[in-house]
Amino acid sequence: MDFDWMKIPYAFLTLFIVVNYGFLLNAFIQKIAARVGRRHGIPIWQNYADMFKNYGLRSSITHGVMFYLGPVFRLSGGVGLILFVPIIYGSTMFSNMSFAGDLILALYFIFFGTLGMALGAGESGHPHAAIGITRGLSQVTTAELPFALAVFSVALQYQTLSVTDIVAAQQGGVMNWTLFTNPLAVSAAMLSFLGSMMRPPFDVVIAPQEIPIGPPTEYHSSYLALMQTNRAIFPIAKIVIYMNLFFGGASDWPTFFFKVFMIYLWSAFVGVVFPRFRVEQSIRWFLIWAVPLGILSIVMV
Amino acid sequence: MMRDELKIRVVKGPDGVEFEVDPLRDYFCEAPPASHPPAYAKIVEDLFNWARSHSLWILGFGTGCGAIEMRPLMTPRFDAYRYGIAWRPTPRQANLLVISGYLSVKTLKRAIRAYEQMQNPKYVVGLGSCTINGGMYWDSYNTIKRLDDYLPVDLYITGCMPRPEALLQGFEDLKKLIRAGKAEGANQYAEKFEWYKANQKQVIHDWDMPDYNW
Repeated sequence: MDFDWMKIPYAFLTLFIVVNYGFLLNAFIQKIAARVGRRHGIPIWQNYADMFKNYGLRSSITHGVMFYLGPVFRLSGGVGLILFVPIIYGSTMFSNMSFAGDLILALYFIFFGTLGMALGAGESGHPHAAIGITRGLSQVTTAELPFALAVFSVALQYQTLSVTDIVAAQQGGVMNWTLFTNPLAVSAAMLSFLGSMMRPPFDVVIAPQEIPIGPPTEYHSSYLALMQTNRAIFPIAKIVIYMNLFFGGASDWPTFFFKVFMIYLWSAFVGVVFPRFRVEQSIRWFLIWAVPLGILSIVMV
Repeated sequence: MMRDELKIRVVKGPDGVEFEVDPLRDYFCEAPPASHPPAYAKIVEDLFNWARSHSLWILGFGTGCGAIEMRPLMTPRFDAYRYGIAWRPTPRQANLLVISGYLSVKTLKRAIRAYEQMQNPKYVVGLGSCTINGGMYWDSYNTIKRLDDYLPVDLYITGCMPRPEALLQGFEDLKKLIRAGKAEGANQYAEKFEWYKANQKQVIHDWDMPDYNW
């Protein structure tokens, strides 16, 4: 097997675009939510200032090896997700390392960061971190269930595990999108999407002043900055998967920016309308409303 | 007087081995804080100072009546978030401690522990007259008079109480100090550590916490 070394600088370029777009988009979505609350909201470059400040802190404290590795795992989850799915369909520059079975790998990477975080936060020894990670993991697990079911449904529908092939099957008009060919799977996945975007009604796990912000309680300076960087990459990476599986993918950057923004806006839209769920309420909500949709979509296929 | 959970005790592990635990020694750091002078080239430090000034994370810990004046800053009317000011619930992530009004000796203990857990560089703002000279509590038996004797204060905001507008103006002034690289309170605390500890122990009679909290 020959490897095209040119892919590596291309992958870095993709990563660079995605990180910056993620930082700006996060701030923009926060600004939209602030405007709904009649505030001005943060400046659009606020996330950069926060990140530079945290990288620039002069002291930091560690609690052990896993405490280091937690944010690293989290970041590699986001970066891995970006690197192994085709960002721009049909472009050799931005298809990155996508290969035949990448759908399964993507599912794995989505969960990878959370698990690393659980180990790292556990090592910090802070009781709030332990409780926060328990609450977070149980919510993420139930939120991932409908998504996993939807992914199986889509994989059965197209008879492939390659994201590129799934995008290819959706080309040639809006009516070919999975959104219209398999609406049940898409609705299950979009409900699951709300649970993993860290916006209301499902953000009680990391909400400030709850169990003081849960998992990252003890994280500070560059550890926190790594996690902030991941907060820019991960939502975009996740949305890219959704875009590729359900909304026909993107064949150029403007389409990519627009579709990612619209999918992100869905979670912001729901977030400003509905108040927060408690953890046990959100788990029940996912099991009652989203999981049956996912099962139904598999049955229908 | 030492609390029970802080006394030295013998613990039996799950494997049956007995060992001695001294909570004040084993659970906390033993080294005094170190001074961290600016280490990078000027252009990098300028970038960091810019970022620090535009990202003030306040520890959400109200010590006195002035805390009520901080709440309106989060509301649409004042909206401090547009100036890069945010509230963090844990001292590890915060870098600005606002002592909001009078500080009783009991609260001073907590303020010291919170301050010492914050990461360098960190800033202290004294809010209201009480932090400057005791204010209306100047002859109280249970509050401290000058905050500057116990924690390195970067900026005072006077008034009793200062309105939220005054707070915003104060934060803008603090930003100028940070941009100019003059807000080095954390290093000052580390360099004059003995002096600060002596002052703290002078007023806190039931000192039942470790000397170093980080």
